[in-house]
Amino acid sequence: MESRGLDFVVLNQGFVSVNGRVLEHEAEGNALLSELYRGHIGDWPKFFKMDTLSKAGFVATELLLKEIGEPRCGSEEFIRSRAIVLFGSTASLCADRNYQETIQDKDNYYPSPALFVYTLPNIVTGEIAIRNHWRGESSFYVLETPDVEQMAFHLACAFQDNDTESILAGWVDSTMNDDFQAFMTVIRKEDVADVDRLAAQLQLIINDLNN
Amino acid sequence: MARVIRCIADNVVSPLGTTSRANYDKVRAGESGLARYESMGNISTPFVLSRVDRAVIDGLCAELGIQGNYTFFEKFLLCSSVQAVRDAGIDASSDRVLFIISTTKGNVSLLGQPQEGVADERVLLAKAAREVMQFYGNPGKPIVVCNACISGVCAQIEAMRALRSGRYDYAVVIGADEQSPFIISGFLSFKAISDEPCRPFDKDRKGLNLGECAATVVLEASDNKKSGWELVCGAIRNDANHISGPSRTGEGSYLCLMEVLKECRRSELAFVNVHGTATAYNDEMESIALYRAGLIDVPVTGLKGYYGHTMGAAGIMESILSMYAVRDNTVLATRGYSEQGTTYPVSVSGKTRECKGSEFIKLLSGFGGSNAALLYRFVE
Repeated sequence: MESRGLDFVVLNQGFVSVNGRVLEHEAEGNALLSELYRGHIGDWPKFFKMDTLSKAGFVATELLLKEIGEPRCGSEEFIRSRAIVLFGSTASLCADRNYQETIQDKDNYYPSPALFVYTLPNIVTGEIAIRNHWRGESSFYVLETPDVEQMAFHLACAFQDNDTESILAGWVDSTMNDDFQAFMTVIRKEDVADVDRLAAQLQLIINDLNN
Repeated sequence: MARVIRCIADNVVSPLGTTSRANYDKVRAGESGLARYESMGNISTPFVLSRVDRAVIDGLCAELGIQGNYTFFEKFLLCSSVQAVRDAGIDASSDRVLFIISTTKGNVSLLGQPQEGVADERVLLAKAAREVMQFYGNPGKPIVVCNACISGVCAQIEAMRALRSGRYDYAVVIGADEQSPFIISGFLSFKAISDEPCRPFDKDRKGLNLGECAATVVLEASDNKKSGWELVCGAIRNDANHISGPSRTGEGSYLCLMEVLKECRRSELAFVNVHGTATAYNDEMESIALYRAGLIDVPVTGLKGYYGHTMGAAGIMESILSMYAVRDNTVLATRGYSEQGTTYPVSVSGKTRECKGSEFIKLLSGFGGSNAALLYRFVE
């Protein structure tokens, strides 16, 4: 049987594509995220409070779920069976830098909880879980590079959880407000039966992101 | 049959001591590392913190042969793990050994205060992890679990899974965090920090204290039963409720508890070691989750009154101290607790209690709606 390819979205500060189809847009950088939110999402004002990492992960996920046509909440069984496993190399560095600026100078010292909370990279997994009511596993792993073999191995491991039937998996990085890279895909148990094949599929997605 | 995952060595480095045994003995005797600070850097609000003496860490590094241009965070990871790896007697340079680091903020203090001879990129968590792996000559690819306060439990769960997959024979799981003005100012801005030693689960609790600790477990996969501590199972669940506040129904923690209880022999459950940060919301939430999971009568104990919240180390250090306590038939006193302060009357005490049983559950929750639990069992 010919097995299907993975559905995926790739997104960076100047490019966005869904299953390889390029989405036309006008804005770049952080403004691109707002343009995509207004044009394709629009019903989640919490978006505007998010940091760049969360915005990028959130928008990529929304575009992906729309493409797949998955209903928003799903059954109780479904929301307990959907895990979120994200990877990145810069983690919350963008938010860290923004927060550091607020505490660096004694004369200009104004730490705020709204900025500080985003100095944890797993917040993006929480934002996605809240939007979709998913109560399965949520994890953020920091790697040196988007190494597909390493990601495929740890995604396969995540299916050892008794409840996990599918995973929203992806990569999300941001070093500055106008600089971000993300991909998002959904993998199912059958996709990790052959970890080498999963790695090859992830590599195709990363190639699209790098183009 | 699934491979059995055993803890074969452990270490805790904290203000209370530089070995697990020394830490356990101090906690058993009621000693705490918490102290009051009036200010730090640009912070002028008083707070209570458990802080490691830098000279002790430098002395320990010299004693253990840890030389090189390392940051405090990297030294902290190394001086805990070197002791545990030595005690385990494993060859950490083998590609059959997996390293997993658990931290929330790693080298973030480099952003405010660059260190001579340390590349700026070491603020990236995987770069710091690579420094540690290079010390051991380990050829693997770095992986850092960064799930806020639950990272230490998640790192053990991920190690367990990686070992069960057959790809690795051993996992060195190291957790640590440095309490820099970055983290302290952030928790102060949340108004989550108490200026007194914290009082977990108490009716007058005023908030948490932060703390510094580095802790390591070395896990081994084997196909046969041997005597020792077995990591039986674990679970990670999201509340899907709020990014910085716990669920009012304790949903994620409840789901985690229900998952690990599937493998738990209730008559053998000695206690649940809770998160118990001493914030109003966390402890209330945990009491609800414990009640819903049918654990209202099981002894509950929290260690934040001795160590503060040690973030990336918490899940590992608190698991290790729980192992020592079970072997000592002891439910450690929840330091700071005196009067019931949650809706559901969980079995918590400010005094040391006796217990029976060979199993314990470690429970954690954190920002991002994250929750995690694991079950350890001692096999005679």
